[in-house]
Amino acid sequence: MTPAATRTEDLLRELAPQVLGALMRRYDDFTAAEDAVQEALIAAAEQWPDRGLPDYPRGWLIQVASRRMTDQLRNERARRRREDLVASQPESDGAVPDTDDTLVVLFMCCHPALKPAAAIALTLRAVGGLSTAEIASAFLIPEATMAQRISRAKQKIKSSGLPFRLPTDVERPERLRLVLHVLYLIFNEGYTATAGPALQRVELSSEAIRLARAAHRLLPHESEVAGLLALMLLIDARRPARTREDGTLVPLAEQDRSRWDAEMITEGVELISQALPKGPTGPYQVQAAINAVHDEATDAADTDWPQILALYGVLERLTDNPMVHLNHAIAAAMVHGPARGLALLEPLADKLSGHHRLHAVRAHLLEMAGDEDAAFEEYRVAANKTTSVPERLYLMQRAAALRQ
Amino acid sequence: MKYMLLMNTTDIGHPPITEWDPVDVKAHIEFMREFTEGLVTSGEFVSGAGLAMPDEARIVTARDGAAPAVTDGPFPESKEFLAGYWIVDCDGLDRALEIAAEASASPGPGGITLNHPIEVREVMSAPPVGDM
Repeated sequence: MTPAATRTEDLLRELAPQVLGALMRRYDDFTAAEDAVQEALIAAAEQWPDRGLPDYPRGWLIQVASRRMTDQLRNERARRRREDLVASQPESDGAVPDTDDTLVVLFMCCHPALKPAAAIALTLRAVGGLSTAEIASAFLIPEATMAQRISRAKQKIKSSGLPFRLPTDVERPERLRLVLHVLYLIFNEGYTATAGPALQRVELSSEAIRLARAAHRLLPHESEVAGLLALMLLIDARRPARTREDGTLVPLAEQDRSRWDAEMITEGVELISQALPKGPTGPYQVQAAINAVHDEATDAADTDWPQILALYGVLERLTDNPMVHLNHAIAAAMVHGPARGLALLEPLADKLSGHHRLHAVRAHLLEMAGDEDAAFEEYRVAANKTTSVPERLYLMQRAAALRQ
Repeated sequence: MKYMLLMNTTDIGHPPITEWDPVDVKAHIEFMREFTEGLVTSGEFVSGAGLAMPDEARIVTARDGAAPAVTDGPFPESKEFLAGYWIVDCDGLDRALEIAAEASASPGPGGITLNHPIEVREVMSAPPVGDM
């Protein structure tokens, strides 16, 4: 891509939700507005790199999208022979509104009526400004399937009748929780999507960071938004050291820390250090703090495990996620020895019965305790139960190492 | 999450499709087409295909230091062969089982549902972000 095309694309993706917001205010028809915005974006991507940026890019896009929208509504009216459809719409007077509606669009896409997969797809398109083809390829599904997923999501939002405005103070905590959850799922998907043709793929983890940055810019006083952005940065900083060239996993303790992204760590640590004292403390902030402790250790042996253990104590009070209890057991083992960790695993056996992570953690702790036979068996069970290829390889290697 | 739905040819008391009444074959194919289209519309279809009859199958086995052995059919009827598959991307196992149940109820000879077994397997991925 030429530099001009890249600059255009970055700008378009930033403007996409703002243009959509402006159209929503004018026409209040999400499905049609979103289609019109995509068409305007395509027109801009074709014209701007050659002809140069218009004086007011946002106004240009709103104008073009509004025209498409009006055309669409006219066609619909003609087709249905229904009167007053266009007449009821406020005429475009060419004025470009001054507000940035990105946040309203983000809340709308992370709609309570949508299932996560639908909300994710819609957020990437309407807020992230990605094309359906790009999103489909990131999730390794056909474009037609993704197009249907997005179109159904839009229909569902339309039929829910939710007004185009920010949630009220009463709705806000729950709606914000949904937004953060969707962004976190996009981030996670970047790690779990099976290897595809990497060059053509949009990097979902980077997309999630980009969206979290936008959310943080628009909601600078929400400490959980800052916490989520920090968490993503602090995890993604370790990405270069996380896998070997053959795709196998490198556990945290064995990673080459010189390959971690120092800039991302600095930014993440700064964000979380500013967010935590503000309160209220939420699970994303605590997880960010835990990852900051890991990232700040120059050597695995220097890890401040008592600090991590204390933070897991805080996290357990905020969430009842059994995975948190598992990680708490690991931290306890690192501070007080494997026996303590194994004891903490016992009450989880029912809740996590059959989950590979329980067996993997137990295997590690048994290995720490020197019980190699039991550890071997647990590694083997965990390897059979995981649905991740690199993780299965890793667990089988750990088991094999005990037999050498 | 992605799941593969495998439809095996098994002896469940029906004659092979090649011996069905053409009307029944047509109904069966129509069902499969509509079923797959439904998965695209619901935003869950990843891929799928029907396979040629097992009679046409070859079984290839590598042999150390010699040309690979290639076995032609027909194979004993007791042997199970994959007849077709779908890969779906859906909310979770419960939904995958629901889709499989729908596929299982395809129409057979005389319009009676085949109720053939569909095997549901999760497609593996890379691990999530939590480091071990």
